[in-house]
Amino acid sequence: MSELLQFLFSGLTVGAVYALVALGFTIIFNASGVVNFAQGEFVMLGGMITVFAHAAGLPLPLAALIAIAVTAGVGVALNQLAIEPARGAPVVSLIIITIGASIFIRGAAQLVFDKQIHSFPAFSGTEPIHVLGATIQSQSLWVIGGAFAVFAGLWLFFTRTLLGRAVLATSNNRLAAQLVGINTRFIMTLSFALSAAIGAFGGVLVTPITLTSYDVGLALALKGFAGAMLGGMGNPKGAFVGGLMLGLLESLTAGYLSSQYKDAAAFVVILAVLFFMPQGLFGRKSTERV
Amino acid sequence: MSQKHATLLVLAALIALSPLFFPSGYYYRIGALMFVNALAVTGIVILTGYAGQISLGHAGFAGIGGYACALAPVHWCLPPALAVVLGAAISAVLAWLVGRPILRLKGYYLGVASLGFGILVAMVLNNERWLTKGPDGIEVPDLGLRGLLKDVGLDLSNGEFWYGLTGIALLVGAWLALNLYHSPTGRALRALHGSEVAAGTVGIDVARVKLQAFVISAVYASVAGSLLALQNKFITPDVAGFMHSIEMVTMAVLGGVGSVPGAVIGAGILTLLPQVLTVFADYEQVILGLVMMLVMIFLPQGLVPSVLRKLRGKDE
Amino acid sequence: MSLLEIQGLGISFGGLKAVQDVSFKVEPGEIVSVIGPNGAGKTTLFNMISGVYQPGAGRVVLDGQDVTGMEPFRLAARGMSRTFQNLQIFQNMTVLENAASGFHLRERGPVLADLLNLPGARRRARAAEAGARALLARVGLERAADRQAGNLSYGSLKRLEIARALALQPKVLLLDEPAAGCNAVETEEIDRLIAEVAASGTAILLVEHDMKMVMRISNHIVVLDHGEKIAEGAPLEVSRNPAVIAAYLGTEEATHADG
Ligand SMILES: Nc1ncnc2c1ncn2[C@@H]1O[C@H](COP(=O)(O)OP(=O)(O)OP(=O)(O)O)[C@@H](O)[C@H]1O
Ligand SMILES: [Mg+2]
Repeated sequence: MSELLQFLFSGLTVGAVYALVALGFTIIFNASGVVNFAQGEFVMLGGMITVFAHAAGLPLPLAALIAIAVTAGVGVALNQLAIEPARGAPVVSLIIITIGASIFIRGAAQLVFDKQIHSFPAFSGTEPIHVLGATIQSQSLWVIGGAFAVFAGLWLFFTRTLLGRAVLATSNNRLAAQLVGINTRFIMTLSFALSAAIGAFGGVLVTPITLTSYDVGLALALKGFAGAMLGGMGNPKGAFVGGLMLGLLESLTAGYLSSQYKDAAAFVVILAVLFFMPQGLFGRKSTERV
Repeated sequence: MSQKHATLLVLAALIALSPLFFPSGYYYRIGALMFVNALAVTGIVILTGYAGQISLGHAGFAGIGGYACALAPVHWCLPPALAVVLGAAISAVLAWLVGRPILRLKGYYLGVASLGFGILVAMVLNNERWLTKGPDGIEVPDLGLRGLLKDVGLDLSNGEFWYGLTGIALLVGAWLALNLYHSPTGRALRALHGSEVAAGTVGIDVARVKLQAFVISAVYASVAGSLLALQNKFITPDVAGFMHSIEMVTMAVLGGVGSVPGAVIGAGILTLLPQVLTVFADYEQVILGLVMMLVMIFLPQGLVPSVLRKLRGKDE
Repeated sequence: MSLLEIQGLGISFGGLKAVQDVSFKVEPGEIVSVIGPNGAGKTTLFNMISGVYQPGAGRVVLDGQDVTGMEPFRLAARGMSRTFQNLQIFQNMTVLENAASGFHLRERGPVLADLLNLPGARRRARAAEAGARALLARVGLERAADRQAGNLSYGSLKRLEIARALALQPKVLLLDEPAAGCNAVETEEIDRLIAEVAASGTAILLVEHDMKMVMRISNHIVVLDHGEKIAEGAPLEVSRNPAVIAAYLGTEEATHADG
């Protein structure tokens, strides 16, 4: 029982990070129709920039803020320089562009920072918390809480604010949105900034637990992508739940089956979901028009 | 002379004459590497260029081909040449099994499903140490063909031998792919690329021909993986890795995914690039990423079609 | 027994009943037109008959056999082919190849023979191309044969789709607005072509907004409105039907005034 609880806690913790990456994916996918394989690099940047700003003497909260802001800027630049100029290119080309961006950011991080593994102190000490025989790091609560807060914030943003609704309108029908006077270019910029900031925030939260280095991005991107797809591409709720489920699945597989094949579990489940429910768990079925 | 024969002739001439300009024996090796990559990429051209289907997991088949050559001779005493055939057969069967369900998916969904397959193969190769010796890699027995050639009086250096063999393999691969392009099956593949619905209404069994393209391209990747392993006499699970899959697709798209010459040029450039970039050591990734982005932004159709279009534009 | 029987066919998208309980019959060599205002469900009906959409209700019977929801490629083998309102041209191929693809069922063969370019494969491809050239001549596109299909005018592409569909030598041919976007000369050509094809025994199911054309060439007309069949009969009979006039006046006065 306590063992199961332990696995659930650690699953939720990684799942929360996947969920944040998946949310970021979804925001960009909805705004631009592009699957951004560089999404994981945002998480890496969030962690790495915080590490180095903190090491330079800034207090941790300020360092984290700077990291999030800089990463948001990187997201905007990615859109302006690489995605927007390639609008309308075939899917394969877009895949290569964002993977190219991911390799580029990784390479740049390795130049600007270094190839070492880094961390910074947990937000509220390292004293573990004991729950029903399981122990949980206090930082895990920050990660899980942070992910839920972001999700709630996004929900409010998309349903309660005019700007959020403009984003939704743009993702439903770009042309129609333009016609009713929405500045869709600005919406794109906003989406990339938001998505990158969310990724960076995830990186800030999780670094004290998982540590970080210049090359952690790609694996996270793949998992986040998988989570988003599990939930149903383009559906924020699906992305969030999909990410969490993926984390749980991984940790349960690692705990009960094989730690070597924990990544396999994720992909096996995704293949299964895609076969039986090609629209993902929460996606709607639609008939392609001809 | 048809375009097909012209393409093959130019390719054959390039392969045969390039060694005249090689400053050192090392270049045979790079040439052979290029040909192996071009062979795998030709398979991607059939799948993605002709049929319009994306795979981000084809390195998985290269891994199967490579490890077949490492394992079959040792465990089943199979001659390495037959191990290549065995690897191709396993890849074909696996491609058929995996392709049936995943080829129903489209675009990004197909991309991620194939990616999942590739990652699973890489994971098995990494984890089943008892068989594969894990991430550190495993030795691959000698093909033995060079010795035979020597016995009949053809004494080639290792570099020359592999340059020649992979060059011939590439020529055969290109010939098959070009045959396919103009054949009824090739026409059906390109038709479903244009419109799956219309392809169905003219009687094309879309699922079936897609699967054929998938299996054929898997065999290309598998043979390329085998040749790579035999040439290096060593193989690691990285051949099956995600980055290798991406590399294949990038090579195909860089050259121009619809054409066989594009595959060769794309493979050529991306094989040479890292060799050149080793000078810049730390900047390698930055430059590679930049090249990938810039080419796709400014030449979204790839090098060969874009250049052809420019040339034609001038004619008119 | 009719060649094609549509029995109570229906489908909905979300809450929208796009087509509901539509039935009619088509005999060999007959030209049956399906008319109705925009959004009446004509294209959706075609999509169900040709297996592109899975019908939610009803049956499609071809030659006495139930073919409801059968995949398009199987229906093609049973003698059904079609064109599309929104062009479905193979843009990445030449005009000749587009037409030749209509011969797929006759030109296909073992994939290994195709890879190795065996004489059989060459023969099959050549036969398809010869047939395609003849069809292109029939629709007046022979001179465009080697051009990239994507570069043709809209009217030409409409005719190319007809040529491709005719290549199957269908028993039933579904034409979805074949004359849309064509000028008067082109329309007349298409008109003549349809009559010719019907005279050779092929049944034709036609959706067309050009009422003059519909009235002139149809043997039988089915009228849809809001997904339901509101009338059917001979052209003259249908054009006098008050329900039909109301449907058109209510939504599309211009079309009716034209007709
Ligand atoms: N795949 C689909 N998903 C959702 N709704 C659809 C789909 N296909 C058609 N519809 C809806 O069904 C209704 C009928 O459309 P349909 O295209 O069949 O009309 P139509 O009679 O062909 O019109 P037109 O004369 O304009 O071509 C429309 O309201 C349309 O929006
Ligand atoms: Mg219509």
